[in-house]
Amino acid sequence: MVKPVLLFGYGNLSRGDDALGPLLLEYVESHCDLTDIDLLTDFQLQIEHALDLENRQLVLFIDASVACVSAFDFSELTPAKDDSYTTHAMSPSAVLAVYQSIKKQSPPPCFLLAIKGESFELGEGVSANAQNNFAAACQFVERLLDSPSPDAWRNFINV
Amino acid sequence: MYEHLETAEQTENLKRVVVDPVSRVEGHGKVTLLLDENNKVQQARLHIVEFRGFERFIQGRPYWELPVLVQRLCGICPVSHHLAAAKAIDQLVGIDPENLPVSADKLRRLLHFGQVMQSHALHFFHLSSPDLLFGFESDIGKRNIIAVLTDYPDIGLQGVKLRKYGQEVIRMVSGKRIHGTGAIAGGMNKSLTKVERDYLLEDIDQMITWAADSVALIKKVHCSNLPYYDDFATIRTNYLGLTKPDGALELYHGGIRAKNVEGETILDHFDYCRYNDIIHEEVRSWTYMKFPYLLSLGKEDGWYRVGPLARVNNCDYINTPLAEAARVEFKEHTGEAMVHSTLAFHWTRLIEVLHCAESIKELLHDPDIMGHDLVAQGERRFEGIGVIEAPRGTLFHHYQVDENDIVTKANLIVSTTSNNMAMNESVRQVAAEYLSGRELTEPLLNNLEVAIRAYDPCLSCATHAVGKMPLQLELVDAKGQLIDKLIKHSDGQIDRLDG
Repeated sequence: MVKPVLLFGYGNLSRGDDALGPLLLEYVESHCDLTDIDLLTDFQLQIEHALDLENRQLVLFIDASVACVSAFDFSELTPAKDDSYTTHAMSPSAVLAVYQSIKKQSPPPCFLLAIKGESFELGEGVSANAQNNFAAACQFVERLLDSPSPDAWRNFINV
Repeated sequence: MYEHLETAEQTENLKRVVVDPVSRVEGHGKVTLLLDENNKVQQARLHIVEFRGFERFIQGRPYWELPVLVQRLCGICPVSHHLAAAKAIDQLVGIDPENLPVSADKLRRLLHFGQVMQSHALHFFHLSSPDLLFGFESDIGKRNIIAVLTDYPDIGLQGVKLRKYGQEVIRMVSGKRIHGTGAIAGGMNKSLTKVERDYLLEDIDQMITWAADSVALIKKVHCSNLPYYDDFATIRTNYLGLTKPDGALELYHGGIRAKNVEGETILDHFDYCRYNDIIHEEVRSWTYMKFPYLLSLGKEDGWYRVGPLARVNNCDYINTPLAEAARVEFKEHTGEAMVHSTLAFHWTRLIEVLHCAESIKELLHDPDIMGHDLVAQGERRFEGIGVIEAPRGTLFHHYQVDENDIVTKANLIVSTTSNNMAMNESVRQVAAEYLSGRELTEPLLNNLEVAIRAYDPCLSCATHAVGKMPLQLELVDAKGQLIDKLIKHSDGQIDRLDG
């Protein structure tokens, strides 16, 4: 039986700031109540991850991003056909679109927490700037998990 | 062959076209073409633009970390690196493959079959089926998995579920989908419980049926236009891979077999621990990826292909019945000893998916996978070599350690490196036979990507970042002046910008 809330942090622990997603899951595992929360990690998103969204009430994707304006960006996701369909690594919106195609129904409410990263080299640790961003993101996720509902999370968008 | 197109004699006054990045492959590669005034191709190259530095990442770490550490080299085939490293460090604790506990050996094989199955399923259904079902030069908006799910819903869904099943095998055997610690020095750290075994048995017959259906599908696609499929990107090469002692297809452990263009044996049952005696790597100035070759044949003639096409070509038979029947049909379709069609990589990849599914079922019914004798230990050594057949081909891990168990030297030959020369030759074949003299368009240039994609190259590792570059095709004259530019946007829209 799956739990209603899924946190999916993806990235490579040995690729510098790419580790931010999986590291945030480690933080949640040691600081938060996991009664209603499943944690899932992988190197990158792929088609089969659409099946991990089944029977969820709320999903949070967590990723490192070079495109963030601030320390982290929080947004709601919609299914979208983008250029990630043509790579081994898909975007979360593309995974939602696969879900929609397979299940013939809308995916559960899904959100993306993108944490600003800047360095992604093999063998590097998390950069100093990304560590600061990570700390802010951890606090933010704790606030999210205090109110695990789509409407509550929508109020945090662009905060 | 098309080696004359590797380096143009006169690059002055040639136009330059860049396909960057090549899409639907793992990592970052680009293709450059030099064209004369009549759009005739004078030079074609596949470049790898990222230096990976695997060895530096590994050296200085304690050897027992390796099975987990090396998984992070590649987000596409972490289990392959995990198992190759495990085989190497088995030797560091004095255990050769024949001395591995039976249960550990079978659990590793089960893990490997799951990995190969999910990797091949992803490649065919997600990355290649759009080209194969809709056409290489079809509307770019159709060339993606969503279009496959829309127009061929059953096929698309089977691809997703075959992939998922392979991932579940990995999760059950290693404890996690990624970062699992299933294989350790000298064995495995857990066996399968009855509950886990029964869970995997629930769907295995369905997986075998779908795998068999996928073989029938690719056979139909391939044979529907046989002259084209047997010619496109096709090159006549040597082949290398592991086989069992009796010549059967082998993915986990065996001796090295190499055959030439005619199917004659170059070497057989060769101990991979002596790979340095037979394989050397050449460096060329224009790419980070090396060019391996068989020393006995030399740089010019000694390069070879690895991966599913090589394995199915090289083996004498497959030891599971449905896959063996599929292999026989495959080999008969040309009437030649070896099948050289580059697009036949897809066909052989799906034969291997079928073999993996059949093998998984066989292992799930074997009580040894629930055994508890999982680890063996022997006399300490300071050098270990592990070789397996990864989804993309033969994968070599070679380590030396000091008396403090720290890795002092590491050498990896990854599968895609072995196919480097072949991918370049296929690019040149397509450039010469299908593009030369024509006005270049995105659909036409997709032919180059189709040729590369057939090898399922893994050009990089598991890094990613939100906000990737769109595909850009630039046509530049000899003086560096931009004269034509195509941009593929994230929504698939193509714009042409005049320089």
